[in-house]
Amino acid sequence: MTVDSNQVDPVAIVTAPPVSAKSARKGRGLLWLLNGRLAVGLTILLVMGLGSFILPMFAPADPSIQATYMRNLPMSGVHWLGTNSLGQDIFWFLVVAVRNSLMLGILVAVGVTIVATIVGLSAGYIGGAFERCVMLIVDTFITIPLLPILIILGALIRGNTSFFTVGLIIIIFGWAWDARTVRAMALSLREREFINMARFSGANTVQVLAREVFPYVSAYILVGFINTVLFAINTEATLAVIGLSKVEVPTLGSIIFWALSYNALFTGQYPWIVAPIVATVTLFLGLFLTSTGFNQAFASKRGVS
Amino acid sequence: MGVLRYVAKRLGLYFAVLFIGLTITFMLPRLMPINPVDGYIGQLQSRANGTLTSDAIAELRANLEELYGLNGDLFTQYVSYMKRVVFSLDFGPSFTYYPQPVSAMILNALPWTLGLLLTATLIAWTLGNMVGLVAGYFHKKKAASVLEFLGILLYPIPYYILAVTVLLLLAYIFPIFPLSPTFPVGQMTPEKIGMIFYNSLLPGITLVLAGFGWNILSMKALAVATSEEPYVTYARLKGTSNWTRMTRYVFRNALLPQVTALALSLGMVFNGALLTEMIFSYPGIGLIMRTAATGGDYNVLYGAITLSIVAVATAGLVIDLIYPLLDPRIRTK
Repeated sequence: MTVDSNQVDPVAIVTAPPVSAKSARKGRGLLWLLNGRLAVGLTILLVMGLGSFILPMFAPADPSIQATYMRNLPMSGVHWLGTNSLGQDIFWFLVVAVRNSLMLGILVAVGVTIVATIVGLSAGYIGGAFERCVMLIVDTFITIPLLPILIILGALIRGNTSFFTVGLIIIIFGWAWDARTVRAMALSLREREFINMARFSGANTVQVLAREVFPYVSAYILVGFINTVLFAINTEATLAVIGLSKVEVPTLGSIIFWALSYNALFTGQYPWIVAPIVATVTLFLGLFLTSTGFNQAFASKRGVS
Repeated sequence: MGVLRYVAKRLGLYFAVLFIGLTITFMLPRLMPINPVDGYIGQLQSRANGTLTSDAIAELRANLEELYGLNGDLFTQYVSYMKRVVFSLDFGPSFTYYPQPVSAMILNALPWTLGLLLTATLIAWTLGNMVGLVAGYFHKKKAASVLEFLGILLYPIPYYILAVTVLLLLAYIFPIFPLSPTFPVGQMTPEKIGMIFYNSLLPGITLVLAGFGWNILSMKALAVATSEEPYVTYARLKGTSNWTRMTRYVFRNALLPQVTALALSLGMVFNGALLTEMIFSYPGIGLIMRTAATGGDYNVLYGAITLSIVAVATAGLVIDLIYPLLDPRIRTK
């Protein structure tokens, strides 16, 4: 297939900006990693990540329980963002939602990265009939549109699923793109001198993959990991907005689902609908800047060395 | 590799992908612990306040299983499913709108979805490429980074957030567009067409905004890379104008991967339709799927999924077959 993943994955395209002389100068320690995008992105992620993991310990009550407070309270010192029509504190619900979404995203990304790395590396490196077989499966999984499948599954298992089943399903249908990218890198690596060198010195396939190939592709895998976090959060949230995820669990999607279904727009409860929108956009911007920032940093590092 | 071998190989892959895709959509619901027929009977039972006798239920079950092709063992079901789908594009009747066949429902909704999404995708692609080209060609200028920032801001925003925000802004705070649009059916009059156009603007704007960011970012990256090629420098030394270099040298060469992206996103049209049509209650395939998903109307869901698998696979095939004609660099491989 000539439809290369690099042409389809926009974040991959944002890679490899021209190496400027400026980045060559700051080549000491970990400083080469630092560029504007990465700094902003990491700061957003750190603040939101730490905040959403630490703050819930101070929550006065489980924010997902309904009718804890009076309904529809305005913003105040006690309820920073007011309460919603279900009697939940919007601020605490949002904090836990960000945490749950992040947790799901990271778990899915770990799963997807492991599967994609193993499949992609082995296919690209071993080659032959094995590769053709694997790539057929990968191509099929890429072709099958994710959202409709998730909607069918969501409709089938609605109400009987745990929050993590949703994550598992996203892993099953989400690994193919990354596998394709990893395989493309493995293909180009197979022809490189240092790989041949290792092979002629008597390393077996597993050793070559683990010691030579993996360190080389790990930077890409890190970027892919962050993109998968973004993808997973987005997918779960999309399902939740439609009402097909576990909407009782606070996530960035489920808070919007409840706000929409209780017509927060028309009853003028702006915090209920605007707060999750702002939080989601900030989080996504943070993830996106981090991933493209890493890309830029790695690209300029490769240019230096 | 000969041309014929290339085409044959690619066609083989196409059919293999379709085959595996269809098999997966067939297997998925059957691997799930939940039986749609049970769910449907449960629904009827609760509507009848539990007054259905066990005989009536057994008869109902037999009828439903007959209707939905659930007779016999898994292999018989599979063969008859494939036969029906491949040879007559028959997905059986719809649950909710019984006895209307699924294929008719999809055919009715198809023009709506295609009309909205094809237009929006094309506009987003054109606009995004223009902005991306300028941002990429002048990437050393400060002003160009403002254009890129537009892409960085728009691209990572999840689609539903964008849609809700647009709805909030343009239909509620500034009520330019209706909150719950109506779409007239039946005989078309100029007035009705105008109304449809007006009501399609809001979902259209959202789709354009969503696709726009991606196109800016990828075109910008391609334009940066291309504008640093030696032949562009050579053209500059030869004394060509900025405009000529940007359009005739950089744009033409950076466009190829973007054509691929366009074809793929045209194939993905049905995915994009889902959320748009749900949020803006637009009467296309997405809305049908939404209703089908909440009502447990599985035949409709399978029909829509099959359609989108075929669309994506076909788009991929077309690109692969056309690409060597467009890009001489690939022909030599």
